[in-house]
Amino acid sequence: MSDLRALAAYVEPGIRLALPVDYAGVSMAMTGPIIARNTRDLDLVCVPTGGLQVDQLIGAGLVRSVETSAVSLGEAGGAPRFNAAVKDGIIALKDATCPAIHAGLMAAQKGSPFMPMRGLIGSDLLRHRSDWRVIDNPMADGGDPVVLIPAIKPDVTLFHAPMADRFGNVWIGRRRELAAMAYASATTLVTVERIVDENLLADEMSAAGVLPALYVTEVALAPKGAWPYGLWGEYPTDTAEILRYARAARSAEGFADYMAGSKTQMEPA
Amino acid sequence: MLLRALKQQAGEKGPRISILGSVEHNFFTNGSAELFDCAGQGRIDAFFLGGGQIDGHANINLVGTGDYPLTPVRWPGSFGSAYLYYVVPRVILFREEHTPRALVEKVDFISTPGVSDPGVHRSGGPIALLTGKALFGFDKTKPGFTLQSIHPGHDLAEIKNATGFRFDHDERPDQTMPPDPQTLELLRGRVYDEVAETYPDFAAQMRRDIEQPLSHAS
Repeated sequence: MSDLRALAAYVEPGIRLALPVDYAGVSMAMTGPIIARNTRDLDLVCVPTGGLQVDQLIGAGLVRSVETSAVSLGEAGGAPRFNAAVKDGIIALKDATCPAIHAGLMAAQKGSPFMPMRGLIGSDLLRHRSDWRVIDNPMADGGDPVVLIPAIKPDVTLFHAPMADRFGNVWIGRRRELAAMAYASATTLVTVERIVDENLLADEMSAAGVLPALYVTEVALAPKGAWPYGLWGEYPTDTAEILRYARAARSAEGFADYMAGSKTQMEPA
Repeated sequence: MLLRALKQQAGEKGPRISILGSVEHNFFTNGSAELFDCAGQGRIDAFFLGGGQIDGHANINLVGTGDYPLTPVRWPGSFGSAYLYYVVPRVILFREEHTPRALVEKVDFISTPGVSDPGVHRSGGPIALLTGKALFGFDKTKPGFTLQSIHPGHDLAEIKNATGFRFDHDERPDQTMPPDPQTLELLRGRVYDEVAETYPDFAAQMRRDIEQPLSHAS
């Protein structure tokens, strides 16, 4: 088992980092340690959308590009530092649609160069993505254009889950996108609420909801590690805190004050 | 949700409803890809889609205003729209704000197009647009919107002024039927509670609006 700083050491400058959607298990506990290392030029992949963590990494100046289907704070509104960075042209955008992100990860999972997918043709998303290609379906008699999404191979995947066992197996329940991210990634970092003694693969009931240690690089303990997001089956989202962030982060100064405040909160002297 | 409640009251089996982010309204076990896989196979009958901008060809913009990528106003992004709009047979568009900036002649960015060229796989698309003032139907052969009915308290001249695109209409359009007491009770009871599970703040705001209807009139 590792600590959060040891996990943060895997997040090197210039890597492609995959982060999960806000309800799947976001490792908010790792946001501070990553920012503390000031690791720049990150290429983020949001699976399939991003929120608070993405906004904070952008606000801290660590992000070079974002591939995503959306970035928002949900009911708390738009993501303020993301929106500001877009307006100022500070980050490169790879706007996508949710199933295109899933398709790219699935291609990587299978070791395939790409996945074909329906939709997209005629959209400005496609027009702005030089890495997506349109071909005529070679299985049809003619015509039938279809879009090819190249494999998305993140260097690092980072998420938070309720539990792991001491063998490194991680319980992800039905949040299978976490497994899809891990399958596609070279390195997978997981923070958890608790570590259990029994082998999660030993019981057939739990085994089906487990990401095996085979795909897991490091596990670290981080109780309430998704806060202020909630964690399925564990605790609800702290909407008041996300609203507090949304208000503070409207300006760069407000963002800096908020982050300084939460650092004191998270790392008591 | 209303359809499900009405059907269940009548002893029938209601539709299955999936809400992103909901625990209660999620019957998938294969992560967030499963909804799209279901849609791709034609297992999803209907879908509700909003838009920052919606134009007369039912193109949807969920990305932002102005010249992409340096959009002065950036919205969250296209989510699953650039797929679901193509493969879900009955997509119902909604936008409460009925103004020329929301309902535009041409969107600044096409997150997903209302219609596709012949030869492009398109088993789904828009059938209607509901706003705070009116209900439109969509005809993909024109393509364009036709005014179906105007909500009480609004008139045709106002709708024309508030709509940035041209639309077909009768000389004297119908008025939108208000819900009957039984439907209203369901909307403000069971449906409200179900919405609040996923969108607590939105539901609370709606409750305030219902309890103080006059605040809107000022």
